[in-house]
Amino acid sequence: MWIYEKKLEYPVRVDSCNPTLASLIIEQFGGADGELSAGIRYLTQRWTMPTNEAKGILTDIGTEELAHWEMIGTLVYKLTKNAPVDKIKDTPFAASYANHGKSPFPHNAAGVPWTATFINSKDDPVADIHEDMAAEQKARATYEHLINLSDDPGVNDTLRFLREREVVHYQRFGETLRIVEEYKDSKKYY
Amino acid sequence: MDYNQVKLLQEIMEVGFALIETNLYLDTHPTDERALMLHNTHSRKYNDLYNRYSSKYGPLTYTGMSRCPWEYIQGPWPWEIEYEKCHWD
Ligand SMILES: [Fe+2]
Repeated sequence: MWIYEKKLEYPVRVDSCNPTLASLIIEQFGGADGELSAGIRYLTQRWTMPTNEAKGILTDIGTEELAHWEMIGTLVYKLTKNAPVDKIKDTPFAASYANHGKSPFPHNAAGVPWTATFINSKDDPVADIHEDMAAEQKARATYEHLINLSDDPGVNDTLRFLREREVVHYQRFGETLRIVEEYKDSKKYY
Repeated sequence: MDYNQVKLLQEIMEVGFALIETNLYLDTHPTDERALMLHNTHSRKYNDLYNRYSSKYGPLTYTGMSRCPWEYIQGPWPWEIEYEKCHWD
């Protein structure tokens, strides 16, 4: 099971009111390579992992991704909470506002809603961990694009933290891949 | 949320983050004794800070004890807090 801890993984600061930036950052809330995809992907793949190391890493990285999802929602919330409607009207955030008001909603920056087709689980640890390593690199690249697009120092501080986490996750998945491959080889006899 | 409460909460977040790091590392290096020592040191520190915070400001999780009324729902919630600038490295 999971227990909610009433704290963020990292103190999310926002220095501006910027609905446009919120509408870009929503990519990591409900986009293909976003935090929701990452969390649900890893937590779904756990059942068919062959080693305790792999079960552990998918559980714990999957859980951390949900904490990142909460941080992204907080960025979006803080970037829009003080915006009057006439400061939203002519921004890309208006499209999301029409349906969801100021509630962060899991769709990507272009408005495409989150779907389980963004992820997979193959009952094949080597295929799954390769997908996970690619996912971490794609998330890192997305964070770099978002950092290029943002000029809010508080937001950039959080985006840089999240980018760094993708690098660490990629590293841990690489070690996990080696562990499950060694396990597979040890089981092979002809 | 007053300055002392945010400060203590951010200390918990900081040590909590160190534990996330040692946790992930230990998942793929379960026999690394140096990492285990680091983890255990932070774990002790985390529990101390956690208990200090909860007895002052109420539980951070539903399993904690509370005075009346139920302190767990007291705001601000994590996404509403104005955090202090911090330099973790
Ligand atoms: Fe990640």
